[in-house]
Amino acid sequence: MLTDESPTPTESGAAAPAVRFDQVVKRYGDNTVLDHLDLEVGRGERVTLIGPSGSGKTTILRLLMTLERVTEGVVHVDGEPFSHMPGRGGRLVPADERHLRARRRRIGMVFQHFNLFPNMKVLDNVTEAPVHVLGMDRDEAAERARGLLELVGLADKQDAHPTRLSGGQQQRVAIARALAMRPDILLLDEVTSALDPELVAGVLDVLRDIAHGTDITLLCVTHEMGFARDVSDRVLMFDGGRVVESGPPERIFGSPEHGRTREFLGAVL
Amino acid sequence: MSSYPYAFHAGEPLSGLTEFTHSLPSVGAGLWVTVQATVLGAALALLLAFVLGFMARSRRLLVRGSSRVVVEFFRGTSLYVQMFWLFFALPILGFKLVPLACAVVAFGLNYGAYGSEVVRGALDAVPRGQREAAVALSMTPWQRMRLVVLPQAWPQMIPPFNNLLIQLLKCTPLMSLITISDVTFQMDQLRSTTGDTATAYLLLLVVYFVLAYALTLAMNGLESVAKARLGQPAGGRA
Ligand SMILES: Nc1ncnc2c1ncn2[C@@H]1O[C@H](COP(=O)(O)OP(=O)(O)OP(=O)(O)O)[C@@H](O)[C@H]1O
Ligand SMILES: [Mg+2]
Repeated sequence: MLTDESPTPTESGAAAPAVRFDQVVKRYGDNTVLDHLDLEVGRGERVTLIGPSGSGKTTILRLLMTLERVTEGVVHVDGEPFSHMPGRGGRLVPADERHLRARRRRIGMVFQHFNLFPNMKVLDNVTEAPVHVLGMDRDEAAERARGLLELVGLADKQDAHPTRLSGGQQQRVAIARALAMRPDILLLDEVTSALDPELVAGVLDVLRDIAHGTDITLLCVTHEMGFARDVSDRVLMFDGGRVVESGPPERIFGSPEHGRTREFLGAVL
Repeated sequence: MSSYPYAFHAGEPLSGLTEFTHSLPSVGAGLWVTVQATVLGAALALLLAFVLGFMARSRRLLVRGSSRVVVEFFRGTSLYVQMFWLFFALPILGFKLVPLACAVVAFGLNYGAYGSEVVRGALDAVPRGQREAAVALSMTPWQRMRLVVLPQAWPQMIPPFNNLLIQLLKCTPLMSLITISDVTFQMDQLRSTTGDTATAYLLLLVVYFVLAYALTLAMNGLESVAKARLGQPAGGRA
């Protein structure tokens, strides 16, 4: 099959970006949220998405986490079609659950409202998926989970119920839970915006450690411009379902070119 | 004192009491029948509630539709008629069940239909973010259900299940219509032999109250355990 001329675009290899949105359209009814969006995130790159409320930042992350489906276009991960799979005659058809399940392991997500499982203690929140999904030995999973809880500064809370933790602590457990699956790509959706101000710093410190101590690909939506400046390689400004402007944080925050970006930054900074 | 079995001296408490003690074995047998019908009926109802409740949330229209039809049918036709049908009409069609089995099946179908709404509602009430977090951890649909959704939905089901269970218990006297001698039937026999209507029916009230209360205590216990697992305060109302 070396000469297979399948129209399936595969660009595997080291050169392939971690994530590529190819002319992605997302509509809810007649509300077009993403309008033929092209987007690339390199391997190990840290990208921050900024933009006004309702501009589709969360939608991008949810499409990648397979919590939503694209209306048109294709999402690629590591050079392979992700939202789609080769169907009859090599044509791309929308991915089925099996295709998605085999691939979504590479991606992890931390949610704005933590979404810890209240029916499990803190340690079990971090070990259940590795045990059941990755088939990891329970002792090994617990050992690793303790390491991760230590990383997020919660080694002493492993037997607590999530509901007994502060918001900041819950979010740090959620970060440990996501990391326990060893994702290549981590999605962070306004992970500090549901927290009391005094708890924000603790969570951001943990994320800074992760950003500086690993080579994970990060795609985050945040209103914490200081954090975005610290960790991102690139900042993307969104509006109207498209990328308005993109560049290194110094430039986007320091001398934005686009009027829309200046306006937005003026309002949030 | 007369040893004539049919005492008519309602005014004579001692003789009435003797009759009552003599009849204890048959009342006890009736009580056992009532308990059996309740427990077996509830077990079948629980099973059907889950099957129909899960079917009601299926993505396939046919599965969802069949659940809907079964639920509406058994909620919409009376328990009384269903029991008669199982007992008198099925044998005509060539199936014969022992009377207790007819009762258990009727209770199971009827309360299973009501229970399926409880199951469906409780599953739907688990916040969407919980399922999404489970997807983000790459759990399979079955793992999401077993590890995340069901353990959170279950405590919600217990109080409404308790209500249905007690209603089921209170419907069990209907069984006497298909020749089953439950505790109400036996107590009624006793009433007619002793003529002591007040005592017999008072005892009956006590029997049902104690049974219902025992069920409630057991269900509250279950609820406390289930809620403690979720780290919620045990909100059991005795
Ligand atoms: N499930 C849904 N059904 C219908 N419309 C939706 C749904 N989810 C999102 N939308 C719409 O899509 C648009 C983009 O939403 P999205 O959550 O991606 O914005 P956002 O950029 O993350 O905004 P915010 O900063 O407020 O979080 C909004 O107009 C929203 O109303
Ligand atoms: Mg958002």
